[in-house]
Amino acid sequence: MALRNEASAMATLAVLRHRTLADREDLLGRLMLAPAMAYVLLLVGAPLVLAVLLSFSSATAGNLSFSWIGLRNFATIVADPQFHSALSNTVVFTLVSQALVIVLATAAAFVLDAAFVGRRLVRFLILLPWAAPVSLAAMAWTWIFDSTFSVINWTLKVAGFLHGWFYWFGDPGLAKIAIVTVHVWRTFPFATVVVLAGMASIPRDISEAAVIDGAGFWRKLFQVDLPLLLPIVTVAVLFGVVFTSTDLGIVYLLTRGGPYNSTHVLASLAFQRGILGADLGQGAAIALFLLPVLIVVAVAMLRVARRTEVGT
Amino acid sequence: MTSRRVLRIARRVVLYAAATAFTVFAVMPFYWMMLTSFKTNRDLYVGATDLTHIPWIFNQRPTLEHVQLLLAHTPYATWVANTVFIGALVVLLTLITAVPAGYSLARLTGRWGEQLGIGIFLTYLIPPTLLFIPFARVIAMLGLQNSIWALVLVYPTFTIPFCTWLMMGFFRSVPHEIEDQAMVDGFSRAAVIRKIVLPLAVSGILTVIIFAFTLVMQDFVYALTFISSVGKMTVSLGVPVALVRGDVFYWGSLMAACLITSVPIAVVYNLFIDRFIAGLTAGALKG
Amino acid sequence: MAYVEIRNLQKYFGEVLAVDGVNLAVEEGELIVLLGPSGCGKTTLMRMIAGLEQPTAGEIYIAGQRVDEDVPPRARGIAMVFQSYALYPHKTAYDNIAFPLEALRRARSFIRDAVQKAAGMFGIGHLLGRRPRQLSGGERQRVALARAVVRSPRVFLFDEPLSNLDAKLRAVARFELKQFQRQLGTTTIYVTHDQVEAMGLGDRIAVMDRGKVRQVGSPQQVYDSPADTFVATFLGSPPMNLVEWSGDTILGFRPENFLPKAVFGPDDGVVSFRLRVREVEHLGASRLVYGMLEERARTDQPVIADLPVTIRAPIAEGEVYDFAVARRALRRFDARTGLSQPDGAA
Repeated sequence: MALRNEASAMATLAVLRHRTLADREDLLGRLMLAPAMAYVLLLVGAPLVLAVLLSFSSATAGNLSFSWIGLRNFATIVADPQFHSALSNTVVFTLVSQALVIVLATAAAFVLDAAFVGRRLVRFLILLPWAAPVSLAAMAWTWIFDSTFSVINWTLKVAGFLHGWFYWFGDPGLAKIAIVTVHVWRTFPFATVVVLAGMASIPRDISEAAVIDGAGFWRKLFQVDLPLLLPIVTVAVLFGVVFTSTDLGIVYLLTRGGPYNSTHVLASLAFQRGILGADLGQGAAIALFLLPVLIVVAVAMLRVARRTEVGT
Repeated sequence: MTSRRVLRIARRVVLYAAATAFTVFAVMPFYWMMLTSFKTNRDLYVGATDLTHIPWIFNQRPTLEHVQLLLAHTPYATWVANTVFIGALVVLLTLITAVPAGYSLARLTGRWGEQLGIGIFLTYLIPPTLLFIPFARVIAMLGLQNSIWALVLVYPTFTIPFCTWLMMGFFRSVPHEIEDQAMVDGFSRAAVIRKIVLPLAVSGILTVIIFAFTLVMQDFVYALTFISSVGKMTVSLGVPVALVRGDVFYWGSLMAACLITSVPIAVVYNLFIDRFIAGLTAGALKG
Repeated sequence: MAYVEIRNLQKYFGEVLAVDGVNLAVEEGELIVLLGPSGCGKTTLMRMIAGLEQPTAGEIYIAGQRVDEDVPPRARGIAMVFQSYALYPHKTAYDNIAFPLEALRRARSFIRDAVQKAAGMFGIGHLLGRRPRQLSGGERQRVALARAVVRSPRVFLFDEPLSNLDAKLRAVARFELKQFQRQLGTTTIYVTHDQVEAMGLGDRIAVMDRGKVRQVGSPQQVYDSPADTFVATFLGSPPMNLVEWSGDTILGFRPENFLPKAVFGPDDGVVSFRLRVREVEHLGASRLVYGMLEERARTDQPVIADLPVTIRAPIAEGEVYDFAVARRALRRFDARTGLSQPDGAA
């Protein structure tokens, strides 16, 4: 009898506790999330909206007024050949560099997947480009491509491949090649590591089944390994697309957008017009053209994430 | 020797050749950084058209003069101090916002929490080169131009989303049965977090600290936009922009600064890269 | 020479000896089961036959051709079905089945016919357009089987292909597998840890433990005449009773042969025991009686009796009864080596 009373007392206590706990969990969840949400909404969401608003204004950084001028900024930049060149540069640099990164990173991942002496060391060394801060790496490459002292020129000349001289930053074509090289160099390590992680998640059974089914090296690579790696390679490339298309540091430090404004990208042009030129409205309008790229990337990432959840 | 064995050896050779090629491509600029930092000016500033002088080796004995110049006669030390100060504050801000947020999204908010988590991660993709324009305005309004507090205010906008995402992944990797067990044993959710989850997530938190700090070190755009006095610059801004007299870069000291800054980051990255990837993929791909 | 012949096969993984001098001869057309607990080396043995692992020593012959040295899996004429089925998740069922033929660079029309035929054999013709994630476990298994069959291999290798199916499906699948193997007549090597599966499927069973083959024989042989105490206790559920008897002999008798003495006729040659009952489990079709043998020398040897429900003799816990085993059903093992000794009166 006493036992029964105690049991029901415990049950009541449990109910009481459950109710307060449940309340607290919901509340706790929201409380714990609040600071981060506040920060993101106030300092990312709001500025984003502000960017859109600014693009419709003639505001400057110094003068705190805000006058609405409608689509005039957009009209100006659309008519500006430098804007067209910046837009096309952004697209070309991104596509070319990431295409190269896909190939390099996948190949490097296959190499690192095999066991060999010094593998850990190689992995550490391959990661170096990603570890160095962007601006410092850009300075190193500026020095490497220096017109008078370029080691690359020296090496190419000694190897017999160069007959004239490469004025890397004096020639628009060469400058673009230099910029793409630095982008590839910077982003392929991260992509390699991501692909390597993806390779570890391919079930060994499937690899072996392909061997038993008679697939040779190339057939196995193209028909089994690469298709299974596709989702993760996509993720790695999407990161690379974001970093490359929105980059300011590499272009600014290597060429300042030159020679003759031929290597400007959207980010550097926005900086030049918006900050250096103090025309915030125009700068915002230029920078907004980065949004479509980002939206496409975001959607693509979401789809990849959903596919791998639903998949086998 | 059977053909299979020949093939095996050939494959090994190709493997080592490829590994070497990739390594050389990745490391070459750092090797060049290292050479430039320690070569005497006479060994360094030889026009590359002179094919008799080999730039890839020390032709004279290496010197510490560039490093000494960097540390004693440039604001480099100040820049490092600024960077560390800003970094520490930003990391602190990030931890107190992102860690609870990550836990909340991982455990306490169910379905809409997952969506929100993805949403927060996507804000990381909004680049500084888009936000720096409106920020220039906001910073001006707050009177924070040319102040390191501008950076302390702005840097969490990318560290918080990224680190929230990372922490989500790490918290998810702690089996929820352990927390359930603790609650059945009589602890409240808050106590469970304090006593059980946090100790288990220490390695995740450490990874977050490391990566938040390196994200701070990487920024160039915001520093370039908001800071103009040399004394207030961060390393990432000062080295490319202020180690120059007129048009002439002090390449020796510049490269020394790059080297000194990059190597510790690389070492730390290497130690944490596995955990970082695990957190990223746990959050991103396995849902 | 047998169809698949294995001579003195050895495999070291570092310091660990996974396969320890195995000799096996598999006849053409038979279904032989490699049976043993996990870690006994049966999967390693199969993988060496497949060419996925290289032996440390020994030889493997398939259809008279020596394959262990440098012959890659695809040149051995084998097909393998994995426990997880290992279907290519990004390919349709059709493409999965067609894949081995594509590797052989067969003409598209040939491939189409072969895939249809293989799919028809397993009744999955209507599923060919689907991807593995859209198929049930049983359907995936059939796709894996069709993929194995389509190349008309010389030997099938099965690595526990039924363990991922739920229990009810498993019995049916087992029956169908045996039918299909009989129909095709292809030599088959089958790995499992499930002795019921082994007994039901195998023409012969090779019982393995710690890298060695303990006994090879028909299901009846390994069950009735186990070669050593390991085989005796691995097969049969509940396992064979083993009791120490006169110093260096161990007596073995199966629970279903251990019955109340009253069940036997007066002329049957039996050996008697006294059994103190500890527990009785009623399992529907039979009763399991757990108890200890009561002998003058010792009273601590646990034994189990498996009484069909048709024997109605009352058995109560705590009581002592007269039980007996027919002499024919008694087995004797050497106490030191565990090996069986020729039958004789106890």
